[in-house]
Amino acid sequence: MSDMTTTSQPVAPKPGAAPQVADPMLAADGTPLKRSLARALRAQKLRALMLIAPLLIFVLVTFIAPILDMLFRSVENQVVPNTLPQTVVAVEGWSPDAGETPGEPVFEALYHDLFLAAEAKRHTRLGSRLNYEHAGLSSVFRSSGRKVDDVGEVQLDALDALDKSWKDSGFWYALMSGGEGAAGDTAPLKAARGRLERLTGENFGGDAGFVPGQEIARILPRTVAEYSTFALFTAIDDGKEVARTKPWEAVKVALIQEIKRGADLAGYDGPGAAELRAARDMAAGQPDIDFKAAFADIDEAWDEIATWRTISAYGGHFTSGYFLNAADMQNGVDGIEARPENQRIYVMLFQRTLFMSLVICGACILLGYPVAFLLANLPMRTANLLMILVLLPFWTSLLVRTSAWKVMLQQQGVINDVLVWLGLVGDTGRLVMINNQFGTIVAMTHILLPFMILPMYSVMSTIPQTYVRAARSLGATNWTAFWRVYFPQSVPGIGAGSILVFILAIGYYITPELVGGTTGTFISNRIAYHISSSLNWGLAAALGSILLTAVLILYWAYDRIVGIDNVKLG
Amino acid sequence: MSESQSGDAFVAFERVQKSYDGETLVVKDLNLAIPKGEFLTMLGPSGSGKTTCLMMLAGFETATHGKILLDGVSINNIPPHKRGIGMVFQNYALFPHMTVAENLSFPLEVRKIAKPQREEKVGRALDMVQMGDFASRRPAQLSGGQQQRIALARALVFEPELVLMDEPLGALDKQLREHMQFEITNLAHQLGITVVYVTHDQTEALTMSDRVAVFNDGRIQQIAPPDELYESPQNSFVAQFIGENNTLAGTVREIRGGVALVELDDGGVIDAKPVNVSRPGERTTISIRPERVEVDTARLGENAHTLKAEVAEFIYMGDVFRTRLKVAGRDDFIIKTRNSADQKRLKPGSQIEIGWLPEDCRALDAI
Repeated sequence: MSDMTTTSQPVAPKPGAAPQVADPMLAADGTPLKRSLARALRAQKLRALMLIAPLLIFVLVTFIAPILDMLFRSVENQVVPNTLPQTVVAVEGWSPDAGETPGEPVFEALYHDLFLAAEAKRHTRLGSRLNYEHAGLSSVFRSSGRKVDDVGEVQLDALDALDKSWKDSGFWYALMSGGEGAAGDTAPLKAARGRLERLTGENFGGDAGFVPGQEIARILPRTVAEYSTFALFTAIDDGKEVARTKPWEAVKVALIQEIKRGADLAGYDGPGAAELRAARDMAAGQPDIDFKAAFADIDEAWDEIATWRTISAYGGHFTSGYFLNAADMQNGVDGIEARPENQRIYVMLFQRTLFMSLVICGACILLGYPVAFLLANLPMRTANLLMILVLLPFWTSLLVRTSAWKVMLQQQGVINDVLVWLGLVGDTGRLVMINNQFGTIVAMTHILLPFMILPMYSVMSTIPQTYVRAARSLGATNWTAFWRVYFPQSVPGIGAGSILVFILAIGYYITPELVGGTTGTFISNRIAYHISSSLNWGLAAALGSILLTAVLILYWAYDRIVGIDNVKLG
Repeated sequence: MSESQSGDAFVAFERVQKSYDGETLVVKDLNLAIPKGEFLTMLGPSGSGKTTCLMMLAGFETATHGKILLDGVSINNIPPHKRGIGMVFQNYALFPHMTVAENLSFPLEVRKIAKPQREEKVGRALDMVQMGDFASRRPAQLSGGQQQRIALARALVFEPELVLMDEPLGALDKQLREHMQFEITNLAHQLGITVVYVTHDQTEALTMSDRVAVFNDGRIQQIAPPDELYESPQNSFVAQFIGENNTLAGTVREIRGGVALVELDDGGVIDAKPVNVSRPGERTTISIRPERVEVDTARLGENAHTLKAEVAEFIYMGDVFRTRLKVAGRDDFIIKTRNSADQKRLKPGSQIEIGWLPEDCRALDAI
């Protein structure tokens, strides 16, 4: 025990001990005082951390992590390279400046990528992703997925006609696995697993009931790769036995292409060696498969440079496309350029959001200041009553309050009826006060007013009456005493309220949605639209990121100009 | 009567009443005349109406009834900022968002005084309170005593003839308070201003003032110079409130030749000076200051009355001895004796005889 005290707990220095001046201060046991202190405080800090840990974890899991994930979507572009892995690699060497669409190898890669995507039903997702950048691509991918089986039909028919074993699933299985007891090569299987998992986002672990033969994998790598993918998909996703399922056309196309290009069959004597040689001789007499023409046949968009420019530009794992879109720009022919005039919407929406938030903030200051002043200077009993009136809206549902404004402001509503009754406006000239900016500003000012009054009140209630009295005794009129003495001291309250109201307003959603019509909506309504209707989460995330950044910049600017320490909420 | 009294007065309250709620009077029939250049202190317990009087004078409260005159002019309907009265507040009320110089400059600015003159006046006022080096500081950067000086300088910078001070030294520690008391009185006499000073600290009132008005229950109980107030209190409240005081209850037996014979409740008989008793048989409270009680009864005259006492407690206080006695059935009778070389220290339990001169013993109204 005594050992413990000397080693782990710093003891106060003995009164007689000479202080060491040059060196850092030492505790009684010789450790530097700072470290000693840090050690002594560590337990306290740990305890504090433990106390907030449940909330911290809760917030991290349910708030911070989803937000970060959402923000990440604004630059994430996995769907293109994951769906068209071979195509985006092949298209790298191509440039839209060449003046023509990419060559055969790119189309061949596209064929294999698209075939698998269509089998796994993931091609439409890619289509909608690329449609954000190039309108019309969605239907191109949908139709191409449907018709991709038809590519190389002539050659496939010839192969099937050559020998009936090419239609036999057992034969294919033997050919690809190298027969009973042959040396296996799991590498293609592993690659296929990775490809499928990236494509679908699902788990393709487990036994496929198939191992590619080493020999055949060396001779016909692409065919084995395609067959392995087919085998895994069949076994894991479809739950069928590989040896009894006919392989995809893509496998046969890969085989035809490989043997036609002179795959070295000379030393091969595994299963199906004779059929392979026969097929080689047959293929030599057949015309090449023209992928480019076949795709152009499916949809002429494939013959357009713009299509390929889009695929090439958005082939990376990350993209600036969403942010460009959010700023009304796009990746055009000559790099980044403004979008066509009729597609520009977001910059205007951002400006409107900022402008309307400022107006709402200003309106809240003008309406809230006198109320807060009164609250702070009335006798307790009256002030409490008034405070309840201020807080009353808080206890009412936001929807009810907004709906109430609808009743008040609409053309057949209370205000218009009263104006008509008073004869101030004619029955035909009823004012339009809702479903526009005016309606949004009125309703949001009302809803956010307590957020302005409360910080103002809490600051004002700390300003003693003696300041104004002192100013008046020094010769200041009521107005001068207020303006020169009271008002400057209440500015921190205005600042706090303004930050609160502005930040709340800039991200407000429900009220603009209900009373904003088309001219009174905020950027948040557009974000919600992309989240729930157009499902363009990337763009929604980019818009959200810009909004968040704007708020942070404003917050920083406010801190620099006014000083966040001067903000008092109570 | 009030006409003649306030005719030459600088500040005058005439039959002033004040009620906040319409049911009770906080200030009841106040008549007060303050000549120019006087340092008058309003002293009293909290709730006695003294601060209300000050606020009425400053213009922050309106009198319910009566007139308040400043330099012969009624100021009842003049707003505070036009009264030209300097005021020092309890917590100084220095504007926190302004520097010291800006604080001082404020009353000059609102009077539209040109900048060069303003700066000169501010500089002079700061030098007056020896704070010349602090012009660019903020109030929060100053100590309590420094803030006090600035508040004083601000109240004086526009050269008012009347300055009101509302417990200005309440927030300072004892030593600083005593120092500031001295400075404020010096400054007031030097500038020849009239000062109305409110405090509940009787030492402050006695040391600083030309005259002290003792408030209780909305009335002035006595208004007199400090020595008179202490030595000749006009009633029991003043006697109790100012300084330490011994009281004995009794009944007047007879009044003859300016001396009242009072029979104490335990049967003892003493001489006293009749102050507000007029006829035999009246109940009275006898008031004697502790330092006027004589232990060595031989020093008193031949026919002086003496009382028996028992020593209850002896307290050594350095410069004086404070001894608690049991006298006439009470055990809170205090005497103070100077710690001189020949003074004897009384032992608790010992029986002694005490006495006093009849003029030091005042027969006041019964409590």
